[in-house]
Amino acid sequence: MSEEAESSGYKGAALRALKKAGCQVGDLIRITKCGKAYEGILIPRSETADAEHVVVKLKSGYNIGIRITPDVEIERVGKGAKPAFASPPLPEQKPELPRVVILSTGGTIASRVDYRTGAVRSALSASDLYGVVPELADIARVETEIVFSLYSENLTQQHWSQLAQRVAEHIARGVDGVVVAHGTDTMAYTAAALSFALQNLPVPVILVGAQRSSDRPSSDAATNLIAAVQAAARAPFAEVAIAMHETVSDTSIVITRGTKVRKCHTSRRDTFKPVNATPLARVHDSEVSMLTSEYQKRDPAKKLVLKPNFSDAVALVKFYPGLDPAVIDWYVERGCKAILLEGTGLGHVSKYCFSAIDNAVKRGVLVALASQCIWGRVNMNVYDTGRDLLALGVEPTEDMFPETALVKLMWIFGQTSDPAEAKRLLKANIAGEFSPRTLPEEFGFQGGDSHGN
Amino acid sequence: MEIDYAKIGLKVGLEIHQQLNTRAKLFCGCPPALFKEEPEITFLRRLRPTQSELGQVDPAAFFEFQKGVKILYEANRATSCLVEMDEEPPHPLNMEAVEAVLTAALMMNMQPIDEVHVMRKTVIDGSNTTGFQRTCIIASDGWIKVGEKTIPIQAASLEEDAARKTGEEDGGKIIRYRIDRLGIPLIEVATAPVIYSPAEAEEVAFAIGRILRDTCKAMRGLGTIRQDLNVSLPNGALMEIKGVQELELISKVVKYEVQRQLVLISIKEELNKRGIKKDALQQQFIDVTEVFKQTRCKVIRKALDKGCGILAVKLPLFSGILKRELIPNVRFGTELADRARFWGRVGGIFHTDEMPAYGITAAEVAALRKATGAGEEDAVVFVADNEENARDALKAVVERAQEALEGVPAETRTAKEDGTTRYMRPRPGAARMYPETDIPPVRLTAELIEKVKAHLPEPAEKKVKRLMREYGLNEKLAKQIVDSEYGLLFESVVRESNVAATTVAAFLTETLKSLKREGIAIEKVTDNQIRDLFKAVGAGEIAKEAASDVFVWLSKNEGKSCQEAAAALGLKMLSKAELAALIDRVIAENRNVVDKLGAKAFGTLMGVVMREVRGKADPTVVNTLLKERLANR
Repeated sequence: MSEEAESSGYKGAALRALKKAGCQVGDLIRITKCGKAYEGILIPRSETADAEHVVVKLKSGYNIGIRITPDVEIERVGKGAKPAFASPPLPEQKPELPRVVILSTGGTIASRVDYRTGAVRSALSASDLYGVVPELADIARVETEIVFSLYSENLTQQHWSQLAQRVAEHIARGVDGVVVAHGTDTMAYTAAALSFALQNLPVPVILVGAQRSSDRPSSDAATNLIAAVQAAARAPFAEVAIAMHETVSDTSIVITRGTKVRKCHTSRRDTFKPVNATPLARVHDSEVSMLTSEYQKRDPAKKLVLKPNFSDAVALVKFYPGLDPAVIDWYVERGCKAILLEGTGLGHVSKYCFSAIDNAVKRGVLVALASQCIWGRVNMNVYDTGRDLLALGVEPTEDMFPETALVKLMWIFGQTSDPAEAKRLLKANIAGEFSPRTLPEEFGFQGGDSHGN
Repeated sequence: MEIDYAKIGLKVGLEIHQQLNTRAKLFCGCPPALFKEEPEITFLRRLRPTQSELGQVDPAAFFEFQKGVKILYEANRATSCLVEMDEEPPHPLNMEAVEAVLTAALMMNMQPIDEVHVMRKTVIDGSNTTGFQRTCIIASDGWIKVGEKTIPIQAASLEEDAARKTGEEDGGKIIRYRIDRLGIPLIEVATAPVIYSPAEAEEVAFAIGRILRDTCKAMRGLGTIRQDLNVSLPNGALMEIKGVQELELISKVVKYEVQRQLVLISIKEELNKRGIKKDALQQQFIDVTEVFKQTRCKVIRKALDKGCGILAVKLPLFSGILKRELIPNVRFGTELADRARFWGRVGGIFHTDEMPAYGITAAEVAALRKATGAGEEDAVVFVADNEENARDALKAVVERAQEALEGVPAETRTAKEDGTTRYMRPRPGAARMYPETDIPPVRLTAELIEKVKAHLPEPAEKKVKRLMREYGLNEKLAKQIVDSEYGLLFESVVRESNVAATTVAAFLTETLKSLKREGIAIEKVTDNQIRDLFKAVGAGEIAKEAASDVFVWLSKNEGKSCQEAAAALGLKMLSKAELAALIDRVIAENRNVVDKLGAKAFGTLMGVVMREVRGKADPTVVNTLLKERLANR
């Protein structure tokens, strides 16, 4: 096997046997075992799989794994062709349509399958996207840029900064809207980060992802993307928001403010739910309709204020019965500028943590508190514990859920090191992260009943 | 006409799909069960054909996607969870199902696969919420003996069953599917195309079906086994026929398919003789709404009232061809209509070969011919629907007519209950498969295979001998029981019920067979109900003569008990005292006979009493009691 082929997951006995037979991934090979011959295309093997099997795609299309034992014979029958993913020609751009840039950060918002080898390739260029989601050509003039190719759990504060800067540059060029394709796991963190970093937006910035990978016909990627581009091109608001399925049906896509949205289900299409808020808008039958009158208006004349810096010296400590308060000491020792406590209920942490908290505050660390209930508002005046924590100098974070509060603290310490200024920023409503009123319908599973349509 | 199938080169391959009665579905914890009630959950989806470099997008599915077809899924909480809704990744492969397939595979002398890889087979008609069917090969390369002939078995696969279509709405723009069936494990057994006659196809299917039943994991009842047939003739085409639900239909389906292809070949010869060229068949559609302005044809009237127009196309030199019968109830015109229905979503077509009819007058036909420039030697096909549908329909008609010039088009057809087949969809290209990355490969270890080997069911011939020996059945009855769907149930019923083995065996074979012939839905009665029925017979609660009445009642009243059946049918057994009183009354009423014949009156009286008790008393008890009463008189 060539060096290139070695990267295809084979190791140990299987790799030795394939090397000996001069077989490469994609070749037509024949394996003879116990008098039975299996002929097919050599398929790459998962990195984490064992070293004893060779995977072959039979003529019927099925993959099978054949265990390599000393009596097995491998023979190379023919050379395989490499899958060539030719891009279709770019359709004619309609000059009257708005311009939308799609920035991709990783994952596959669109992909194509090579059924010969079973390989799945991302479709990221504009022409690939048009090929896979041809509807886009009737909505906007789409440009694309690959900013990162990372799973969303691998994105950090530096990536948020870079992404904010790329968005700002495209807006400065005069695009009518920006779409950010993002893995869903940390999409809400990035949405909050961009909400703080991109202020006074003239046009919308819409984050979009998929809960079913785009290589499958039932993927939600295309529907979400179409709606995101539609909103970026035409919606009357100019905020950072997430566009994803409203229900388990493919009928409506809901758009929610970047500081008020959270991933709430591991696998459902309608995993993103507004927290202590209602959605901004809904896209249904290619129409964007606003669901609230309280939003920042689209206005190309507005001047974007870019504040892209984030601090990584901020920590989240989730309180649980039995938490070791030494964790708090450890963060303080490490030079953390802020610690967000994820407290219980209205905003509580056990008494046995008080001295560690007191020490942190005295050492100049900003200690804030959000509730692990996710929904609802922190109120530390109701019980003694809350009042004691306030007395220690712990800052409540209103109706921000922990992830948004954490990202806000990271952003604050990217702007200032001054404790007084940091406290002022924490209390200021910068990107719609606070709502003074919480309405009864703003809880839990809104719009996501199983009757999807 | 007797056809020499070997001579004409018939080749048939079988794909047998059998639902497995495992505790849970293949990729989740839901029970493998269906529901009849209104759905509790509905959701609407679209499936988008995935782009592929090599495998072209499936033409039929892509067409439906372009037409904006949506799928409305129906579910309830008892039979589906987020997995079937494609809202949660699949759970690991159900090993109970894997073992069932391994059992069948080993019985068919197959070689298990070392490491099983689950694949995604792209299917975008909506029958799978994911847009693909999950499937994997468990074993390959085996054989079975059918009579003297060895039939090679290519593969035994394990796959998830699909959702079932429950209807269409909005003129075919919304297709309804019910996802209860989705995920039920299916074993698929594929033979090589080495079957050369209709009768042989049925024998092979029967042999495979018996092996599957012997695994004890086969579900029973209509719809639980589906045979797909690949039928080909050298001068015809390879036809994929889907969904033959009854074993007894297989030979008929093959016979009809051969007949259909032979007639299509003779139509081709006739058309060639008439000198029709492909480019003479043009997609020139003429609006003939004017012709039918005053029509008395109800179907057309209704369409016109809804604002639809009528579009027609001329098929030059096709006169008389459309009424040629291919197989019963299927004329060449039917083939055109089926295509029009599929591609144009229309209710049907009209054509001049069947005119005048349906309230369409000869004058209207003449005007139609005039409007389309058609002579007596031409055929005209017309459709009453909205313009888009009508165009799509006529386009499909012209394409099918063009194919007739070439002979038999390769198609996927669906089998009807009468053994005929109808157009289902174009043949899909090569299987479009890619790996199901959500499910790790499963190693079939030597330990697992040994375990399955150690528990292989008894081969049929051995079982026949054992049943004869252990239960005293004659050979015919023993064979019948082994061949029947109730081969496994028989022994447990005999063990539990205290009813004679031959009685049970005769009931489970001959009685049920004749009930089925009478149209009784015998599959609706569960194994447990049959067990209870015989327990009641054994305990003297129900007379064995009444067993079939109880069975019939149970088939019509699903979910009820034998006791309820007996009560509803008035079959409660008479107590000894009641019986004695009845006998005394009969003796009193027939005093003349008794006085005349004495003890010899027994035969006559036995008949009278049995007629009166009709299944409410055991004849042996009547016998003893009557003798006693006569003697003590």
